[in-house]
Amino acid sequence: MIKSRAAKTTDLLIAAFCLLLIFISLVPILNVLARSLSSSEALIRNEVLLWPKGWNLDAYRTVLQDSKYTWSLTWTAMLTLICTLLSMTITILCAFPLIYDQLKGRKLINSMIVLTMYFSAGTIPNYLLLKSLNMLDRPIVLIVPNMLSIFNMIILRSFFYGIPESLRESAEIDGAGPIRTLLRIYLPLSTSVLATLALFYAVGRWNGFSDALMYMSKNRHYYPIQLLLYQILQSTTQIEVATQEGFFPPGISETLKMATVMFATVPIILVYPWLQRYFISGVTIGAIKG
Amino acid sequence: MRDLRTRPQGGSTSSYLKRYWTLYLMLALPLAFIIVFRYFPMAYIISAFKVNNILQPPWHLPWARNNGFEWFIKAFNNRDFLYALRNTLTLNLLDLLVGFPAPILLALILNELTFKRFKRITQTVVYLPHFLSWIIISGLALRLLAFHDGLLNILLRQLGLQAIPFLNQPSYWVASYVGLGIWKEAGWNTIIYLAAITAINPELYEAAAADGASRLRRMWHVTLPGLRPTIIVLLIMSLGRILGSEFDRPYALSNRLVTSVSNVISIFVYEYGIRGMQFSLSNAVGLFQSVIGLFFLLGANTLARRYGERGLW
Repeated sequence: MIKSRAAKTTDLLIAAFCLLLIFISLVPILNVLARSLSSSEALIRNEVLLWPKGWNLDAYRTVLQDSKYTWSLTWTAMLTLICTLLSMTITILCAFPLIYDQLKGRKLINSMIVLTMYFSAGTIPNYLLLKSLNMLDRPIVLIVPNMLSIFNMIILRSFFYGIPESLRESAEIDGAGPIRTLLRIYLPLSTSVLATLALFYAVGRWNGFSDALMYMSKNRHYYPIQLLLYQILQSTTQIEVATQEGFFPPGISETLKMATVMFATVPIILVYPWLQRYFISGVTIGAIKG
Repeated sequence: MRDLRTRPQGGSTSSYLKRYWTLYLMLALPLAFIIVFRYFPMAYIISAFKVNNILQPPWHLPWARNNGFEWFIKAFNNRDFLYALRNTLTLNLLDLLVGFPAPILLALILNELTFKRFKRITQTVVYLPHFLSWIIISGLALRLLAFHDGLLNILLRQLGLQAIPFLNQPSYWVASYVGLGIWKEAGWNTIIYLAAITAINPELYEAAAADGASRLRRMWHVTLPGLRPTIIVLLIMSLGRILGSEFDRPYALSNRLVTSVSNVISIFVYEYGIRGMQFSLSNAVGLFQSVIGLFFLLGANTLARRYGERGLW
């Protein structure tokens, strides 16, 4: 089909608009990146927009030499890995049995699970439970209480439902039990959705903040990166608060803060584009069938 | 409720168990998790009706005054709570009003983009903010919007205009809050609309084109009607969450100059409950929010079903 001149102009206009969208999405990140690479003097003179002035890597060097930051980054990375593995295991263990029609009690279990999506006890009851389980201020409180996301489980279950039942039945005729069916048939066929869910869990833990704030406030050693970052950022706007809590000296350098923001951001920017082709299908399943 | 359907090959209970006991074994861990971490906390809801005590579990405590409703009455006489309630509703309504249409518009435009590779790149980039935490975004936003040295205000001053206190004055803060919400989620939320668009029958577009419909008309008369069911379901679902409150977003973006508009219910519960140890009061507030939220959600779900769409459940 040969396009008219007007149609071509519209195409270009739309493309220009999308360029603008890309620009808007990236500007805040580029701005912070530029600031983190600039000299403090240039920052004070408000000279830095999207390109660094007085180019240097000092802020990054300082962050990498300070064990407080490196430990928090390492710990959060470890935590993310552990949580993702555990969460994926428990999600699979929950979703797979529920696709068996012949599983007795399936309806009861299903409604028990779905009910928690309608109604949750709330912040204070959760806090009181963790308190009575003696989990507060221990690293485990960042791992266990949010181990299973019902939403993710339902995405996986919907995906499993989409796998033809005949495959399962023929495996059973060949004498395969449920475990073998899961490992040999279901998991290999579900790599895309598994990758999506792993990404969701990993990002959720890497970005997790409120559980650390509420349950871990007294155990500074195990602060995940987001909580540390929050405190660092707050030290400008609310210096009194930071000094009151005796954690950060006021006047922490601006470039250092920006470098810390970049350290929290970069892992996500590095990982996510590679998984993009998987998660589109995962999200769509969740939105439609969830 | 027990599922009584059994397969012909199911046979007796013992052979059934022999065949499928591993399924129950698999379910043991997730079910234990759900019972302990989702159902056990419900027992502590009772503390909303008991006297406040930070040491003892609530079931040993005496009932609160006014037939146990003391804390609910106190909450509704508490200025902070009333503000939090107002702010929760205001911010959510604004999100709905401005934030809800944004991904629809974006999806319509992305759909019209004819350069395939460029479309992919655009999508990759606009999805990215979804994966950043609100803490990171608050750091980005501060640099972008700060009064003295924020990027936008530097530019405004260079253009000879007045700087704008984006984050330091309540009304501007609300606008920034909504705007940043759009920045983070609008791109991501196009995914579901774009998926719905691909499900529209291409013959409709061909027919419209044959009738001489312009691009804009095709958008209006084909794409948008094709999106209608998705839009209705998502709209109803977000109406169902109108009383829900995020924590990270207002907490990270807030500062002490704007607490009059940024304190929402979740923040009230955190500050009074976990920081202030007023478990009973904040629990009453949380319960109020959960119960009303539940009704909204159930109502929304019924409404979605009535529209002939599948509800969320």
